[in-house]
Amino acid sequence: MSDKPIIDLRAVTKKFGSVEALRSIDATIREGEFFSLLGPSGCGKTTLLRMIAGFDSPTTGTIAIDGEPMAGVPANLRPTNMVFQSYAIFPHLSVADNVGYGLKRKKLTKAEIAAEVEKALAMVDLVGYGNRAAHELSGGQRQRVALARALVMRPKVILLDEPLSALDKKLREQMQVELRQLQKQIGITFILVTHDQEEALIMSDRIAVMFEGQIAQIDSPEGLYRRPASKRVASFIGVMNFLTASARPSEGGLLVKIPALGQIKLDRSAMPKGFDASDVKTVGVRPEMLTILFERTDTAEQEVKGKVLDTSYYGDMTYYTVELPGPDEPVTISMRNTAGRSVLPAGSEVRVGWGSDSLVVFE
Amino acid sequence: MNSAKGFRWLAVYAVAYMIFLYAPVVLLPLFAFNDATIIAFPLKGFTSNWFTVLWETEALHGAVENSLFVGISTAVLSTILGACAARAIARYRFPAKQSLVGFIMLPLVLPEIIVAVALLVMLMQLGLPLSLWTVIGGHVLICVPFSVAILNSAFQGLDQSLEEASFDLGETRWGTFRRVIFPLVLPGVISSLLITFTISLDEFIIAFFLTGTDVTLPVYIWSQLRFPAKLPSIMALGTLLLALSVTLLVVAEWFRRRQAKRQGIDPGSTPQGYI
Repeated sequence: MSDKPIIDLRAVTKKFGSVEALRSIDATIREGEFFSLLGPSGCGKTTLLRMIAGFDSPTTGTIAIDGEPMAGVPANLRPTNMVFQSYAIFPHLSVADNVGYGLKRKKLTKAEIAAEVEKALAMVDLVGYGNRAAHELSGGQRQRVALARALVMRPKVILLDEPLSALDKKLREQMQVELRQLQKQIGITFILVTHDQEEALIMSDRIAVMFEGQIAQIDSPEGLYRRPASKRVASFIGVMNFLTASARPSEGGLLVKIPALGQIKLDRSAMPKGFDASDVKTVGVRPEMLTILFERTDTAEQEVKGKVLDTSYYGDMTYYTVELPGPDEPVTISMRNTAGRSVLPAGSEVRVGWGSDSLVVFE
Repeated sequence: MNSAKGFRWLAVYAVAYMIFLYAPVVLLPLFAFNDATIIAFPLKGFTSNWFTVLWETEALHGAVENSLFVGISTAVLSTILGACAARAIARYRFPAKQSLVGFIMLPLVLPEIIVAVALLVMLMQLGLPLSLWTVIGGHVLICVPFSVAILNSAFQGLDQSLEEASFDLGETRWGTFRRVIFPLVLPGVISSLLITFTISLDEFIIAFFLTGTDVTLPVYIWSQLRFPAKLPSIMALGTLLLALSVTLLVVAEWFRRRQAKRQGIDPGSTPQGYI
């Protein structure tokens, strides 16, 4: 991965009639990056992908690929290739003819095309499948053919429109890992559209979270999870407990009062830029950032008393719903199940440990 | 037990129904090979003489040529028009689409005699001379709905992302049509050509009203029915037409099923939409 920008989106908007599908999208995607557009259905992520591919054009704003503005350049002349949600395998052609479809336009001999097709099939682990008919393939195999068909063109960018949504869970998880490894190996920029936050976290170098035609935040998976920019992003990516809070400046940082937990001093760096102490209305805390202190000897930076209301057992984890002091809803705490520790029954009085690292501040 | 009895009655009903439908058709070949000028039982003996008579009738040859000309022209024209309409129905949204489609399909249920008389009156008013071309015009009118119905299912089954994928892989619009769309709808096109040709070949009323001095095969048959002596050879002609029609329809159905299979649709289903 380099720092060279491969796709540059500047103030891109899209209107369908009076409906604004995309509002002022600005983003730079770097060469060799695995970039995801993540959001609920109808957030405009597919529209944005189709505009990069050239199937749609922005109402205003510019899209540049590798430094060249793409306005007026049709899809067949763009250095991008797409893997469609339905795979769009040509049903009347064999696997090899599907993969070699785009090469026929290039000036290659038959032998060269066959060699390229073989190479692409090897990349997606489909050696020996060249003569199969399209309808003889399983869902996972069709997905691989669609990918090979794009790879063989050696585009600057490969666009993937929810490519794994039609597969069952096991195969999907396997493909997530394979796709990521393949992308790292060949170094082509991938842009993935997905509504599955787990998929985006597993596969991406960076993720753009989109709501209602706008990008809410662009960050690495860890950055998004640990430092979500808004409550909406925080609750879209994983689970987040929200607690009422207030804050006032204190030397070198701010003092945050949380009725449910207590009081803590946070570093100034914990606050988003342009944020004042008076803006703090809520803190967020992930279920795994709170700990139930099982043993008398267990300690934490801070602790508070709570009462278990309910438990959900997941095998490796147990999720506790715990009532804390103050006006807030009960919080969810996840605890890894270890040897020799049984699940606490509802009604148990517990000590809950937390610390300054656990918190994210919001408006 | 009750259901077994019910099933038996159903079987009897089905057989009776088939006899009712096809017994008159079976009479055609029966008398075509019967060695007698009078069409009546008992049969006299086997002969293929009536087919030889057909072969030697000059006027018949002209009628066959006319029918082939009308049939092929009708098939090509109505399939082209049908393809354009089916593509538009499958791909685009436009105002009053449903009612427009309704008007295109309307000739399916209009009595042919009404259509024929209306066309004749219109042609007279316009001062156009009657010819085989006016017959073709009338036949295209009644064949387009069939063509639309057949091709509509072909175009509906065509996933739009296939076109986009082709375009995305560097192919031009024309190249996409040539390499993806055409091969995928080809079985439907062939099926439409065969069925519209068959309809035109068998059609009598419009051909009778709208033709000038050149007659088509059904009109020729009608004219010959006045001469009782010619009846057995007409039976022979009917037998040939029957065999040809059945063959064409079977081939057309085979193409339609192949199309459905290619697109991954259950081939047992009837064309979707308008039939």
